[in-house]
Amino acid sequence: MELLLGLLTGFVFGFLLQKAQVLRFEKQVGFLLLKDMTIIKFMFSAILVGVIGIYLLSDLGIITLKIKATYVGAQIIGGLLFGVGWAVAGYCPGTSVGALAEGRFHAAWVIIGMLVGAAIYAELYPMMKESILQWGQLGKITIPEIFHLPHWVVIGAVVFIILSLFSWFQKKGL
Amino acid sequence: MQTFFKERWSPYVAGALVGFLAILSVVLTTFIIEKPKYLGASTTFVRVAALIEKGVAPEHVASNEYFQAKKVKVDWQMLFILGLFFGALTSSLMGKSFKIEKVPSIWKERFGNRGIVRAIGAFIGGVIALFGVRLAGGCPSGHGLSGIMQLALSGMIAMICFLIGGMITAYLLYQKGKE
Repeated sequence: MELLLGLLTGFVFGFLLQKAQVLRFEKQVGFLLLKDMTIIKFMFSAILVGVIGIYLLSDLGIITLKIKATYVGAQIIGGLLFGVGWAVAGYCPGTSVGALAEGRFHAAWVIIGMLVGAAIYAELYPMMKESILQWGQLGKITIPEIFHLPHWVVIGAVVFIILSLFSWFQKKGL
Repeated sequence: MQTFFKERWSPYVAGALVGFLAILSVVLTTFIIEKPKYLGASTTFVRVAALIEKGVAPEHVASNEYFQAKKVKVDWQMLFILGLFFGALTSSLMGKSFKIEKVPSIWKERFGNRGIVRAIGAFIGGVIALFGVRLAGGCPSGHGLSGIMQLALSGMIAMICFLIGGMITAYLLYQKGKE
């Protein structure tokens, strides 16, 4: 059942990624060059719906959150490194697989590279665990918790920022 | 029905539907398999790498701390990625936007039309990207979508760094010195 759910969820996700055209190298790199806002429209729309729904259901006790722990050092260094690789490859892990599916065969090299990258990380992990992963551990913490704000205040701010950005895109014809 | 054969949907609409999908996934997995599954992609690359290595050196995989921590198995996320492949394939065939491409146009302008050059770049980019993403603990799906949806600090820091690294590199690679 777990596997079937994964397959179906992935199928719908891949379908939507392809329909929004965010799987394309041109859209990914186009956004990084600030020339094409497709990806940000897509991501922020998902976040807008998701943040409201997830917190509503969590407040009602129907679901539980699964927060990833914060490691400030690793997230900054790893995040910047990922950014470098993302711009060169033109795809992130999920979109590389989708891009291959829509015929962008060079994405296969990205996928192979990513598997090698994963293997290298696994080899170096004991070293990382003793160094970079020790820097700035803050645990499983959320933005409302750091600022001691009710989460709906932060959600309100997120919604406001996203909608303002969308209306700015409309005005500028982006 | 006609809608499914369209080449492109508005990114706002498709994105909002991904938001609903993310919520639905958490609800369904909570009730059916009793563990919430938030969307994510990069751990699957670790597990697939481990499964491949296992064919060559099973003892090595068994003794690797990271592989053991991530559990080498076929799980929800691996099937999620497989589903993603078939979903994108189906959509591209229905919308007639499936297109064989060996070198993307922005790359071509800068590095020429040779497939081998693109292949090397794609490979190196992939290595760096996945190494970075595992160090950061998640990708634009796991940190960017699922993390920010939950207002996680980790997701916010990671996504901002993805963008800083990505924008600087993209500028230097594809834009700098161009008229």
